[in-house]
Amino acid sequence: MIASNLSLVERSASTVAGAMCMAFGLKQRSVAGAMLVGGGAALIARGATGFCPVHAWMGTSNGSDTRAALSGSGGIRVAESVTIQRSPEELYRFWRDLENLPRFMTHLVSVKQTDPQHSHWVAQAPAGATVEWDAEVIQDIPNQMIAWRTVQQADVVSAGSVHFKPTGRPNETNVRVTLQYDPPAGKIGAAVARMFGKEPSQSIREDLRRCKALLEAGEFPTTEGQPRGRQSILNYA
Amino acid sequence: MKALVWHAKNDVRIESVPDPKILNPRDAIVRITSTAICGSDLHLLDGFIPTMQTGDILGHEFMGEVVEVGSGNKKLKVGDRVVVPFTIACGNCFFCQNALWSLCDNSNPNAWMAEKLYGYSTSGLFGYSHLTGGYAGGQAQYARVPFADVGPIPIPDGVPDEKVLFLSDILPTGYMAAENCDIKRGDVIAIWGCGPVGQMAIKSAWLLGAERVIAIDAVPERLRMAQNEGLAETINYETEDVFDRLKTMTGGRGPDACIDAVGLESHGATFDAYLDRVKTSTFLATDRPSALRQAIHACRKGGIVSIPGVYGGFLDKIPMGAAFQKGLTFKMGQTHMMRYMQPLLERIVRGELDPSFVITHRLPLDAAPDAYKVFRDKQEQCIKVVLKPHAAAA
Repeated sequence: MIASNLSLVERSASTVAGAMCMAFGLKQRSVAGAMLVGGGAALIARGATGFCPVHAWMGTSNGSDTRAALSGSGGIRVAESVTIQRSPEELYRFWRDLENLPRFMTHLVSVKQTDPQHSHWVAQAPAGATVEWDAEVIQDIPNQMIAWRTVQQADVVSAGSVHFKPTGRPNETNVRVTLQYDPPAGKIGAAVARMFGKEPSQSIREDLRRCKALLEAGEFPTTEGQPRGRQSILNYA
Repeated sequence: MKALVWHAKNDVRIESVPDPKILNPRDAIVRITSTAICGSDLHLLDGFIPTMQTGDILGHEFMGEVVEVGSGNKKLKVGDRVVVPFTIACGNCFFCQNALWSLCDNSNPNAWMAEKLYGYSTSGLFGYSHLTGGYAGGQAQYARVPFADVGPIPIPDGVPDEKVLFLSDILPTGYMAAENCDIKRGDVIAIWGCGPVGQMAIKSAWLLGAERVIAIDAVPERLRMAQNEGLAETINYETEDVFDRLKTMTGGRGPDACIDAVGLESHGATFDAYLDRVKTSTFLATDRPSALRQAIHACRKGGIVSIPGVYGGFLDKIPMGAAFQKGLTFKMGQTHMMRYMQPLLERIVRGELDPSFVITHRLPLDAAPDAYKVFRDKQEQCIKVVLKPHAAAA
């Protein structure tokens, strides 16, 4: 995930302007048209990722959450929820085995349960590096909720909870996840912040989507590895 | 293998691409024996659908023989002859379990993209942009079918491809459009658009007990087909005032239900078409409003507007006042294929229905790039093109 340095308004404006350039450029069938398409694609990418290379190069940033996420005090706090066609009992069992988490949380490399309350977490950081910490379960209400946090003296201060609430329909549960990372200042902190990109809630939302697909459909939808024709430098999805 | 590849607006080509592989346990690989060009593929050719990428393989109406199944697929076996629905559905989520198959939660790998545009993501589709998953399509010699234990329907031996191929999209789509009209005794159904889906909707309206079916178009051979094959009354919107004619034909009351089988390109409803229209806003003031606007205007009080035609973006100048004051009901959406494929297959096998009458062109896959243009420009009285991926080039 690329770090965002743009506000939501800028990102929307970028996407719209990009789409306009592309739509118009595509109609031209000329060098100028192709340039418009390229410029449009860049604007859309800027809008979609929230990352502007120009801002980055100039060292400016308009993203209000950047400093917060990188600071030691505010940290990253996200709450996301998803509805899954499984009973609270099944979901609790799945999540209580923390070693299942890397199956759908893409930033996690592994979680090893050292005893029923303690676990060792390894997460992916940018550029192939990893960040590790130990965590303990601090609250455990069977079929309702689990909460954990890093043990003291860990480099990374992290806490998380997951709640399972029946919806009223049979075998259907609202799963609500709250995650908090308070990275210390310095390299590791920045690595943890980047791990989630500047839209940590989007990253958790994708993880929960994967959790849902795994538990409902038994597999993740994908097109990676399917055939496709020749691509072009003007590829612009 | 050979496949039809999208390069840019007005630029589709036959290319040699790698064969598809099993990527997930529930997948199957199908050797395609027949595949069709859909009217909605023309929106891709014309560049109306965003998030297309150079190299995308098109096609979502196909059938063939299963040549490989994934380890988790307990339903299909090698050698099965199947028709593949254009929507991809997991069968396990809330929407699939409630037979809202085209709204599947788990089949679009680019769900985030659709969520940005529509709030929530709908199901994956074959060969129809990255917004709906970016799945390689079936205008090819082989295709990978995800969740192949849910969608593909086995076809009994002895039923020719042409009779069942349209179970992949247009027959269920036309049927759902008619079913959405909630047809009761005495009902008059008006259908805008006599393309393949419109023709299927005409047949389906009769099957569901319509008293009269009125078909609206301006292409002579399509109106002829609606009359001769569909036994519908017809209105040519270029030479007649549609609203006046419908009112007169229905004793001043209006049709009980109206089907818009035209969709976005009649007037443009995608993002870039919308921008085009801002530039040429006088278009909105011409005396030939869109099919949808006409349908809403003409529909009787308390009636139903059923929309199988594809819309993708933002619509302008929709007469909500008329819709509200007349208490209309709107029903629409991508077809919930798995509701209809088996019952319609049974009707075909029993001889009650033969959708192959819409086919005007039978060609090898190599001819697809030209066929797209012939179909789009309505040359050669083209109504429906069926391609044979393994036939030698003519």
